Amino acid sequence: MAYIDPHIHMVSRTTDDYQRMAQAGCVAITEPAFWAGFDRSSAQGFFDYFRQLTDTEPERAANYGIKHHCWLCINPKEAEDVGFAREVISIIPDFIDCKNVLGIGEIGLNKNSKNELIILEEQLALAERLNQLVLVHTPHLEDKLKGTILIMDAIENSSLDPSRVLIDHVEEHTVHAVLDRGFWAGMTLYPDSKCTPQRAADIIEMHGTERLWINSAGDWGPSDPLAVPKCCLELASRGHSKSLINTISYDNPLSFLSQSGKFSVE
Amino acid sequence: MTKKEIVDQYFLEHRAKLLDIAAFLDRIDRSGETDADFRIKALMRCIKELESEKEGRTERILGILSDQTTEPIDHAGMKGACGVVPPTS
Ligand SMILES: [Zn+2]
Repeated sequence: MAYIDPHIHMVSRTTDDYQRMAQAGCVAITEPAFWAGFDRSSAQGFFDYFRQLTDTEPERAANYGIKHHCWLCINPKEAEDVGFAREVISIIPDFIDCKNVLGIGEIGLNKNSKNELIILEEQLALAERLNQLVLVHTPHLEDKLKGTILIMDAIENSSLDPSRVLIDHVEEHTVHAVLDRGFWAGMTLYPDSKCTPQRAADIIEMHGTERLWINSAGDWGPSDPLAVPKCCLELASRGHSKSLINTISYDNPLSFLSQSGKFSVE
Repeated sequence: MTKKEIVDQYFLEHRAKLLDIAAFLDRIDRSGETDADFRIKALMRCIKELESEKEGRTERILGILSDQTTEPIDHAGMKGACGVVPPTS
């Protein structure tokens, strides 16, 4: 069954992963800009990373029939140094018109610090100014609940339309508020943190499929690039219809991402 | 799914996860160190929550493990998270 993985960091994955994803039915992906496991020493490092996201990865993906798209930003883990973060933000407009760039992301908070919040607000303002979709990273583990609320408050203080913002990495304690406040919500399928395929299926059963998607967020840490089809299998094993599975793994990402005017699966 | 179908499909998997937790606690005991670890203390609070007969255990456990303050902190310090709110020193 064809599916879209709307959040995966292919710069950290091998070509074999592209092949396995294609074999499992992946037709399109989106890759948010994120932390590479180490702090870049200069804004130039981000210039090169944005070239990788806009030039190199689309070509690697195309070899396996997968359409590659990306999001640009300074991620919250490297946003504590406000001066450095602003230098990176100043590069983004040079890349925003590239044909595979869908918007600003994954912006958000990591430790819920004042400086992270300043840079989040500045990137929300950039998204407003450039009329871009926004993909939001919410903090890990004990920091998620507080960070998700701070992020939603910051977005509501901007003029961004919540239906053009997806708040990712929701779990049982945050999904309700995110959907209630009109945002899209993403569930990330991770082995040790965030949601397992089973818990994601539970959340779908409790909240329905409206404005909700699933993603693998596969990266350089413990993660699984085939997590989306595994969650689809979990839903099928519980007797859910092909149409529900298609909604969560294909139609919903297609609806949200198509608002960019640049997303395509062909 | 019916209750029986759910139990049939998932019981053995969760029985194994329960044994993993028990073995983990036994392993800690065998270390011979008796000082309390804030993470294990939080885990034991969460385990008590499992005995609740009210639906919503997952959300309540995530609540126990979450920072319930509302103001941004002054500086990020470390990048990682440990899964439980660390004690303030
Ligand atoms: Zn990510």
